[in-house]
Amino acid sequence: MPRRDNRVDLPTGEEPSELLRELVAHLRQNRTQLREEWVQRISETRLLTAMTKEEIFAEATSVYDSYVEALETETFEALQAYARNLSERIIPRGVETHEVVGIVLLLRDVLARSLFAKYQTDFKKLNRILDAYEPAANRIANTVAVGFVQERERVIRQQQEAIRELSTPVLQVRERLLILPIIGVIDPQRARQLTEQLLRGIRTNRAKVVVIDITGVAAMDVTVANHLVQTVEASRLLGATVIVTGLSPEIAQTLVTIGVDLGKMNTVGDLQGGIEQAERLLGYKVVTLAETR
Amino acid sequence: MEVPILKQGEVLIATFQAALSDADLNQLRSGLVQQVVKLRSRGVIVDVTAMDVMDSFASRTLREIAHMIRLRGAETVIVGIQPEVAFAMVQLGLTLEGVATALDLEEGLAYLTQKFKNIA
Repeated sequence: MPRRDNRVDLPTGEEPSELLRELVAHLRQNRTQLREEWVQRISETRLLTAMTKEEIFAEATSVYDSYVEALETETFEALQAYARNLSERIIPRGVETHEVVGIVLLLRDVLARSLFAKYQTDFKKLNRILDAYEPAANRIANTVAVGFVQERERVIRQQQEAIRELSTPVLQVRERLLILPIIGVIDPQRARQLTEQLLRGIRTNRAKVVVIDITGVAAMDVTVANHLVQTVEASRLLGATVIVTGLSPEIAQTLVTIGVDLGKMNTVGDLQGGIEQAERLLGYKVVTLAETR
Repeated sequence: MEVPILKQGEVLIATFQAALSDADLNQLRSGLVQQVVKLRSRGVIVDVTAMDVMDSFASRTLREIAHMIRLRGAETVIVGIQPEVAFAMVQLGLTLEGVATALDLEEGLAYLTQKFKNIA
């Protein structure tokens, strides 16, 4: 069925879709040779060094076929799905975005050159064929690149979530006593996650005292400092007292600067001191075995 | 909607249901104080476990209840604030300052018992 668009009807009476069919037929006929050429160019430009020759060949075959199919059907969903699937497999291998974009563009070039070669005697026809080929080829390059980047971003988000969960353990060290050792950089999102995790932990463990140790935190901006204060206040609403330990001089400065009511915040120098204070609050007394005789 | 108030020795226990209107809260405030006077209670526990949201009016009313009851020489403890509610409250600056809080009914009773011992 001829496509309705604004192209002028040409003397030879060829519709764009006919041209596309001719193009696709050419690409299918010369599949082996063009694919070879492409793989050759890939290794010349030193792309996909993370993959073996066999893997590159296998993927190249799939990509080539998907490429031609997208040109033929003028639909890109299958290609998009393939691009995401491919990305899922090669991202863990360390393949970079520029490599993926690079090889797709190389394929576009290889195919374009073969069209130049085929239609070199008929410049007008070459122009028409390229009119059909270029928009489709560009859309393909775009689809593959975007698919790859989207998959990458999904992986990054997933890893960030995993890191956040791993790095904020809420530990019970005595009955009714929880410790939350914080290490590294706290951004507002992590601070929020910390608070939620702590409050859930207070309820689950029926904690009456929580020691939040921030020895491992180098610096804290005003937003995060406020989050810390909020965490202390929210914990109180659940009936738990919070002791903050390990404040660095910089963080102490930040807290004073933002005007934190230090009467509201219970702080002790180091973790050991914090635990000892917590034990006193809970009515524990720690003695050595020698003392108990 | 009336809030049920139960007596447990010298302690009154008021259990919030899920959605309380401003009128309900006002009624509770006057009702609770009247009961404290009538029954000569020494402590009040307000159980808000069923509340999934706490706005500024509710928060203020709870503080007023605690203050009024303290004027009668009795102590109030708010129990059962859910983690999500506590988080939302502090973000809005509703800290229930000056009001005792505990994790749940058991902890609230333990707190009051201790308080009574200290006073005695």
